[in-house]
Amino acid sequence: MHGEKDVRKKGGIVVSARNLTVNYGKKTVWHDANFDVARGEFVAVIGPNGAGKTTMFKLLLGLQQVAGGEIEIMGSHPKRGNPKIGYVPQKHGIDNETNVECVELVKLAYSGNKLGFSISSRKENDAALHALESVKALDLANKPMSALSGGELQRIFLAEALVSDPEMLLLDEPLSNLDIRRAKELVSLISSVVKDRNVTTFLVAHDINPLIQFLDKVIYIANGKVAIGTPDKVLTSESLSELYGTHVEVLHDSMGHILIHTLYGAQDEVKENDYNASKR
Amino acid sequence: MLLNVDIIYMLHVMFRYQFMQHAFEAGTAIAIVAGIIGYLVVLRRTSFAAHAYAEIGFTGAAGSILVGINPVLGMLAASLAGGFGIAILGKRAEHRDVEVGSVLAFALALGLLFLGMYTGYATEAYSILFGEILGISSSNVFLTVIVSMVIIAAAALVYRPILFASLDEDVAEAKGMPVTLLGIVFMLLLAGAVSIAIQVSGVLLIFALMVTPAATAIRLAKKPVYAIAISSGISLFATWAGLIIAFYEPYPVSFFIVGIVFATYLAVRIIQRK
Ligand SMILES: Nc1ncnc2c1ncn2[C@@H]1O[C@H](COP(=O)(O)OP(=O)(O)OP(=O)(O)O)[C@@H](O)[C@H]1O
Ligand SMILES: [Mg+2]
Repeated sequence: MHGEKDVRKKGGIVVSARNLTVNYGKKTVWHDANFDVARGEFVAVIGPNGAGKTTMFKLLLGLQQVAGGEIEIMGSHPKRGNPKIGYVPQKHGIDNETNVECVELVKLAYSGNKLGFSISSRKENDAALHALESVKALDLANKPMSALSGGELQRIFLAEALVSDPEMLLLDEPLSNLDIRRAKELVSLISSVVKDRNVTTFLVAHDINPLIQFLDKVIYIANGKVAIGTPDKVLTSESLSELYGTHVEVLHDSMGHILIHTLYGAQDEVKENDYNASKR
Repeated sequence: MLLNVDIIYMLHVMFRYQFMQHAFEAGTAIAIVAGIIGYLVVLRRTSFAAHAYAEIGFTGAAGSILVGINPVLGMLAASLAGGFGIAILGKRAEHRDVEVGSVLAFALALGLLFLGMYTGYATEAYSILFGEILGISSSNVFLTVIVSMVIIAAAALVYRPILFASLDEDVAEAKGMPVTLLGIVFMLLLAGAVSIAIQVSGVLLIFALMVTPAATAIRLAKKPVYAIAISSGISLFATWAGLIIAFYEPYPVSFFIVGIVFATYLAVRIIQRK
């Protein structure tokens, strides 16, 4: 398997799943997943709405029970409050009414779990500024979050996740509200963070195209099943047809863009307009 | 005319009256608490819950008038119970407007029933609805100051966790912070703050103390500590100024306090529009 080559290149396996199954009550989200991810790999998690991408993150974060099989993450079972993981959730309570400085959020991500009142220590401040610097957002430090664009806000969330110096990043749809240019900028920023800090990164996305040149692996979730591998292995008509259990067409254009087309229109991964947008 | 009077002499005259001293003591404690908790209310967008506690508190107060115990205690007990109830309903319960709204309408009706059963004068009910800080007894001043100190100390203790959980609950949860417990703690702090603030603003004007100053402050400061200081500052200024005006003018003190708070809010909005 390709993964083994990467292990030698980047370090040991940090996430390993064997026949992993997850459910909510009686409903199985996906089952019998087997995957290995090595330290420092950049992994995209792709799949239709409701496939169980966010659920996979909840599992890694120890917020969701394992229903069957096994999962090991950085040498132990998933546990809630794992300080080695930085997390950017899909939904945020922060919006254009949150008139609070960016640096305050990042500081809270560093020391928000501490009891007692403090006006903010030097150490906390330095950590926050360093995290903001590593996502090229130092100039946003004293701006209110309410005044930021979608892309700027995602950089702040990334800094929030990085401030505790994690070994693994879980980014749930950070590209969802960005146009293709901003998406590409953010991905190349994330990719350089992945390399500089050697953090293992999982990124949930709906469109593979802005990511593809940076990826080590793709996890594809659909139809209750999970597939993993290098993009050129997973994103083929054969492998996706098997995953979906129906005929799937993977098309490549001359510029290297990918269009995944299923027979049932509802599960189209890359919609026509995304595809057109990505060509611009 | 007010302006012609020497301010020192004026204050001197005012503080010769014990009821004015009491009003200032309790009003000061309440303003500080309302400014702090109000900031979190605005940040968490739970102003509706703040109103709910006020109305549940009214029921408690009306019930205690009926059985002859201190209405402030009844208020505190009822809104703390309500706070606990809303908090354990679930972590998003503070935003369940329909459920909270239905419960509080019933609570208010129950309060009305209690008052209907009460045969004495209804002035106490009037002051619960609209506030009457000028009549506060020395034992209630004591109670108010103690409750305020407990709330301030507790808020300082859980300041950072509550602030973080209010801003970014999902990340706080993933970091292993007890977000449900923090929600309960916040709801109890809010219920406590509301039930003492009712003495100044009354049930119906509770927004003026618990929400408007903080909503003004959050427009003026982007650092939480500053915003809290400004929010408390506005409440303090409005309370003191309201008390002074009400000492010389024969109109309800709550009107002046709410009026000053609202004028500040309007002024800030108008200035910021330009
Ligand atoms: N707390 C929950 N209780 C019950 N079912 C849930 C819960 N959370 C998610 N589900 C269900 O589990 C499935 C997977 O949800 P999940 O949020 O992981 O999907 P997703 O792949 O992240 O989708 P999206 O692209 O829309 O974010 C969905 O069918 C969803 O309805
Ligand atoms: Mg999701």
